Order: sequence, then structure tokens, then C-alpha cells
Amino acid sequence: MKRVQFQSRWVPYVLLLPQLTIVCLFFLWPAGEAIRSSFYLEDPFGFGSTFVGLDNFKTILSDPEYFKAAAFTAVFTFLVAFFALSLSLLLAVKADKVVKGATVYKTLIIWVYAVAPPVTGLIGAMLFDVNIGPFTHLAHDFGWDMRVGVNYYDTAFAMVVAAVWNQIPINFIYFLSGLQSIPKAVQEAASIDCRSSFKRFWTVTFPLLAPTGFFMLVINITYAMFDTFGLVDVMTKNEPANNPVTLVYKVYADGFRGNDLGGSSAQSVVLMIVVFALTIVQFRFVERRVHYN
Amino acid sequence: MGRIHLEAVRKTYAGNLEVVKGVDLDIADGEFIVLVGPSGCGKSTLLRMIAGLETITSGTITIGERVVNKLDPADRNIAMVFQNYALYPHMSVYENLAYGLRNHGTPKSEIEARVQEAARMLQLEPYLTRKPRALSGGQRQRVAMGRAIVRKPDAFLFDEPLSNLDAKLRVSMRGEIRQLQRRLGTTAVYVTHDQLEAMTLADRLVVLNGGQIEQIGTPLEVYHAPASTFVAGFIGSPAMNLLPAEVSGQDIRVGQTRVASCAPEGIAGAVTLGVRPEDVTLARDASSGVSLKISYIEELGAQRLVHGTVEGQQLTMAISPSEPLSDTVEIAIASDKLHFFGSDSGARLNR
Repeated sequence: MKRVQFQSRWVPYVLLLPQLTIVCLFFLWPAGEAIRSSFYLEDPFGFGSTFVGLDNFKTILSDPEYFKAAAFTAVFTFLVAFFALSLSLLLAVKADKVVKGATVYKTLIIWVYAVAPPVTGLIGAMLFDVNIGPFTHLAHDFGWDMRVGVNYYDTAFAMVVAAVWNQIPINFIYFLSGLQSIPKAVQEAASIDCRSSFKRFWTVTFPLLAPTGFFMLVINITYAMFDTFGLVDVMTKNEPANNPVTLVYKVYADGFRGNDLGGSSAQSVVLMIVVFALTIVQFRFVERRVHYN
Repeated sequence: MGRIHLEAVRKTYAGNLEVVKGVDLDIADGEFIVLVGPSGCGKSTLLRMIAGLETITSGTITIGERVVNKLDPADRNIAMVFQNYALYPHMSVYENLAYGLRNHGTPKSEIEARVQEAARMLQLEPYLTRKPRALSGGQRQRVAMGRAIVRKPDAFLFDEPLSNLDAKLRVSMRGEIRQLQRRLGTTAVYVTHDQLEAMTLADRLVVLNGGQIEQIGTPLEVYHAPASTFVAGFIGSPAMNLLPAEVSGQDIRVGQTRVASCAPEGIAGAVTLGVRPEDVTLARDASSGVSLKISYIEELGAQRLVHGTVEGQQLTMAISPSEPLSDTVEIAIASDKLHFFGSDSGARLNR
């Protein structure tokens, strides 16, 4: 491979500068601020702050509400990642076999991705509305008295459905391109070696799709934990008290609605640690089991 | 066992594009058949139809005693070797070889024995635990062969298996494939666009052009008596010289020049005259009457290819490099080695 040498040794730094500025301005600085303020008790009216050491952490870690949100986030993330990945994989495998009208079919699946998460929440909220929501009516027909926004579990159910629906298209695109990058001859060789297409999928196609799958797993966990903020906000209808919330939403609710900046900073520091740990786990233990060509 | 019978096999794609136009072929058990032709002649499609990877538009394909038209590839008891090897990249060499057997419910001890036997035959024993990406091109090709062998199929199907290898390896693998097939006695259908590969491997050649069979025969039959100008030009390197000629009585003329006077009975008028480059020699006396104006010379070491024109028509001759040459030489054409083809139909006229 050809190595490009820069004439001046400052050029690489100048080229990196915009990206580094963005990282510093929007990540490192706020993160530093969050860590700093997690050790302080902020006056709700902005008249100053007092250093309280680890008190904020002690408070959140002894708060049952916090653990409830943490448990919900874990379950929510697992369900969303699992269903978003498996359903989109199923759709991609089926779409890969479509010959006639393939483009129309693919476009129809993909365009949901253009819907922003808050709008997903809004559409979800409408579909599950207690009075007018068609899903609610459907649930009633089956004898399920669904009360999204009131009943904790009903809201959680609606949130998972909306989040999965919103995430399927992007997964679908990646899985489809992953499937299409598997050499056709390998699939054909497998069709000579193995009669059952189900078994063929699990022994040949799926392992070859694993690199894509691993990448999608990371993306989906990140989506479910962090990007669903808008969806949670709309679905809980500004009444987070009785409704399930994710940890990220709780940071916002406690900090800006409850005016407890110190406590919410401590929560975001905990989240940072969680993300850090997750990243290590994913790349150290999951990636090692994945075959790359 | 491994007899393959094709009857009026056709393949039509959407838009009425007919790529295989009614092929009849009978392949005996244990025979090595090579399908050869230029790209787009339908040879790969035909092979893939035998394998079951393409549907058959009409006609029947029989392997052994079974009509396989509607059978899954896995049920046809064939094994295929692909051009780009098509190994399973996530499996070790051992698993690659064993995969097909496992799915057919072969007992474990039997799988072990067969894989070890194939590995020994192909000298793959040191590599059984490796992944395909850690192998060279030639080794990958052997694994692909091994995957075919362990199945003990009714027939091997080869789809240009050597075209991804370098020239030297291609020659040695060619020999190995031939020996292996002889030893196992398994029917083989081999697709290639390389006429040299076709000549050296085949028991019988099937020359295809435009979705139709031009000629079926042993390599020597096809070489010495090509059925058409297409086969004549395709088989043999350097290619046979094809010259427009006029036959009257015994005389054969190219333009004004009488090149020979030995035309067989029943051939008259305008024909295409075929002459192999090695059947053209320098004339012993300078008055043969046929003069070749030399354009350029290619040295092959053992041979020298002389390209030139006779009466403005391209002609190539293969002669010994020791013979002296000038700009224009007198040549002689071996009169018993002439080929006559219809000037319109291109079909062979003599013998």
C-alpha cells in the first residue's frame, strides 16, 4: 500500500482540527462539566453550589426509582434490540429472495427510517391512544383493557412496539446488503451440500452475516438506550411518574423538570461508566467470536 | 450409475432470450466430457441445469436412472467445483469437507474416514484445521475438489475450476484432475472456454456455440475433422487458417493462385478452405507457385509462427525455427490435410 507523507508536520493536525474541536466542544467539555457538577449540590434557583462529595451518587444509588428505571432500560434495550434485529433479519432474508417488484418492496420497508423518533412516539401514541387508537380497539376486541400512558406495562409495551418499528428499516438495509455480499457460489455450493434451506441458513448464511450482525447489535443497543428519548417523552405524555422511563430520560426529567442538576449529573456519570463498560464487553468478548473474512 | 442423458434441453430467460437451444447429449458412466465454447455460448448454463442451480425450461435431464428435472440440487447426488472455489469461509478445511456428508446423515466414523482419505489423496492433511483464507489458490482448489470427492457422487460437475489459477499451477492441477477422475472412475462434466484445457482433459469434447452443439467427438476427431468453420477456428492454437477459395475440377484457387490440385469429388464452386498452420511448409523448390508475403514472426522456441498473406488473405504457418526466411517465401500446403467448408453454411464438406 502507498503511504502518503505530508510535507509539513502540522498539516495532519490542521486536518484533524475540525473533528477534534467537535469532540472537545460537544463531548469532552460537557462530560467534564457533568463529572464536576456531579460532586456539587446545585441551588435550584441558580444561587450557587455546594461541594457535597459523593452524596449525589449515594442518593441515586439508594433511590428505588432509579433502579426501577435501570431495570426497565435493561429490559427495554434487550427487547428492542432482539425484536428489531430478528424481525429485520427475517424481512431481509425474505426480501433477498424476491425477484419481481423487489425495489418497490425494499423501498416500502426502508422509508419508515425517515421518521424521526419523536414522530415515531407521536404516531405510536396515536395508534395506542386510549380513546381513538386502533391498536387499543384491537386489544379491546381480544379482551385487553389497554391504557397506554396510564398503565405502566401497557405503556412499556407500546414503547417497545414503536421503537422496534422505527428501528427495523435501518437494520433491514444493513442485513440486506450483508446478505447480498455473501458470494452466490457459496450459497449454491451449500444448496448442493444441504437439502434443508432452514439448516443452510443457520450453518452458512447466518455465520457469514455475523460481522454485520455484530455491528447491528452495537447500533441497536445504542439506539434503544439513548436515541429513544423523544419517543419516551411523547409516550409518557409528560407524566413520567407512573410510567416507565429509560435512564437517559430520567437524567432529563430529574435535571430539568426536578431542577436537581447535581443528581442528574451523577446519573449521567453512571451512564457514561455503563457505556464504557458495554463498549469493552462488546469489543473484547463478542467481536472475538465473530468471523471476519 | 453415473450415466447422464440430456434430451432436447432448453433454457429460455425472461424476454424470450434463449441461451440453450435444444441440446441432446448422452454421457456414458465414467466418461470425462468437456463442454467448450466462447463466453455466452450457454455451456455454464447447461452445467448449472444439470446441477439443478438453474431450472430447465423444457426437455429432460436424466442422471443414472432418475429424471432429475424437478429434484433439488442436494437430491441429485452430484458434486460441483466452482470457479472461485466457493469454500465456506467460516469453516475449517475439515468442516468444509465434512459439511455435505453431515447433512446427508452419514455416520461420524464414515465421515472421518472419507475426509481423511480425500485429504490424503489431495495432500491436504497438514491443512485440515486451517480456514480457507489461510490457504493458497492451489490449496483452495484442492479443498474444493476434496469436497466433491468425499460425497462419492454419481457425477462431478466442474465450472471453469482452473481459471483463477496462474498458468503453471493450471497445468499441474489439470493433470491432477485427470488422474483423479480416472482413478475414481466417476463421470465428469467440465466446462471451460480454454480449448487447450478441453483438448487435454476430455474423453469427448462438446463444442458449443450460441446455445447449440456444434460438434461432439474425441479431441483428435474434433481437431482433425472439425464439423464447421466455428469448430475449426476455435479448437487448436494457433487457429486453423480459413481462406475463401474456388474449386473447379481438381484445382483449388485462392484468388488467382492455385494452392493445390487435389480437390475431392463432389466439391465445387466457392468454399472456405481450412488449413492447419502446421500443415503449411516452406516449398522445397522455389516454383511451387504459392508465395507468402510475411507480415510478422512469433518465436515460440520449439516452433516459429510465421504470419503473412497469400493473395491478400491472412495465413499463418508453424515451421521449425532453423529454416531461413526472406520477406516473401514460397510455401507448400499438405494436400491430404485440407478441410473444405461450405462458404455460406460453414459446415464441413469433405469426409
